[in-house]
Amino acid sequence: MTEIVDARGLSCPQPVLMLINALKKTDEGEIEVLVDTEASKENVSRAAEGKGWKVKNIQQDNLEYRIFLVKN
Amino acid sequence: MFKNFFSTRWGIIAVGAVIGILAPILQKLGNPGNMGICVACFERDIAGAVGLHRAAVVQYMRPEIMGFVIGSLIAAYLFKEFRPRGGSAPIVRFVLGIFAMIGALVFLGCPWRAMLRLAGGDLNAVFGILGLIGGIWIGTLFFKSGYNLGRSQATYTSAGWILPIIMIGFSALLFIFPMIKDQAQNGVLFYSVKGPGAMHAPVLIALVVGIGIGFIAQRSRFCTMGAFRDLILFRQMHLLSGVIVLTAAALVTNLILGQFKPGFEGQPVAHTQMIWNFAGMLVAGLAFALAGGCPGRQLFMAGEGDGDAAIFVMGMIVGAAFAHNFGLASSPNGVGPHGIAAVIIGLLVCLFIGFTMRKK
Repeated sequence: MTEIVDARGLSCPQPVLMLINALKKTDEGEIEVLVDTEASKENVSRAAEGKGWKVKNIQQDNLEYRIFLVKN
Repeated sequence: MFKNFFSTRWGIIAVGAVIGILAPILQKLGNPGNMGICVACFERDIAGAVGLHRAAVVQYMRPEIMGFVIGSLIAAYLFKEFRPRGGSAPIVRFVLGIFAMIGALVFLGCPWRAMLRLAGGDLNAVFGILGLIGGIWIGTLFFKSGYNLGRSQATYTSAGWILPIIMIGFSALLFIFPMIKDQAQNGVLFYSVKGPGAMHAPVLIALVVGIGIGFIAQRSRFCTMGAFRDLILFRQMHLLSGVIVLTAAALVTNLILGQFKPGFEGQPVAHTQMIWNFAGMLVAGLAFALAGGCPGRQLFMAGEGDGDAAIFVMGMIVGAAFAHNFGLASSPNGVGPHGIAAVIIGLLVCLFIGFTMRKK
């Protein structure tokens, strides 16, 4: 099951903190992170890659981003 | 997909280098010593220019600040990143802005100026920087225990324009009522006849440099508070590399321009009281951390439409008025008559906010 982290409307460093908390519970699989600023998108992607996760895809939907992260 | 160069490691390094080179050049062109750029000092001068405080030596409508917001606004529109938003505990952010400014004015500088002072040889800055890191560290403890000011909401485009419009209005005032030599007032604006407020780079150059820095800082998310916060919280060096390069570039530029004078005594717009240099920045650093950005970053976020950052900026300008009207700000002679009390109260207020605004 894909875990969803909803960090919309939250400013630094909350999105990355939420991602890291989610990563503590999940060693591998898929995580989906929702953010609504470009800066949060970059920060989340950078932090995920730093933890060995891959950014599989980023969907932009209106003013929101869905970041799909995977680790196998 | 277009990759944002400025968000890469080399991007943030380039931005740090550009700011580090331009700030000492602005000083060479007329800005005060080790104050090529200082967001706190310049917002304080703006508070003086519009008469919110009447400290005669620090009154000037600094165009760099307007440039920062306008440059960020241009970048945000050009790259489709303008996001009008707000509503994340505005009154808390306003109060954090007030005490961030009061703490910064006990030290005499924002984090940018702390780095620039160090790069100019002012060793008192070391204590300010240690205080800044200490304050940010306390902030990370709150983050780890659930501190959070809540979500912002999307809002009207025009709401995101409010602070940029204020800044455009301020710039207009500067051109309508320009500085006249040896005159303390022109129209509605107050001007310093002597002191740091009387020292400034040519208006148009300052404005253009401000716009340029605002533009690249928006692209890169340059933030001096985030630099230390990310290192402490995430062991991430990304933002810090920009701050380190800023300091190094400013040091080299100062050496070239003959502006490097190492020591503790007689440094420009600085005092030598180590404890209060440390404690002032401790309060400021904690306030920046709790509000999610250094003073510069708050201006850039405000340019992107972030109304909460705009409130923080207004808090800083009001905080400057309190700082000078109540004798809280330091001078080259040392802390103001009520500066120590202000630091203690500021710390208590920040701790109150940090402890009571946590989600389980």
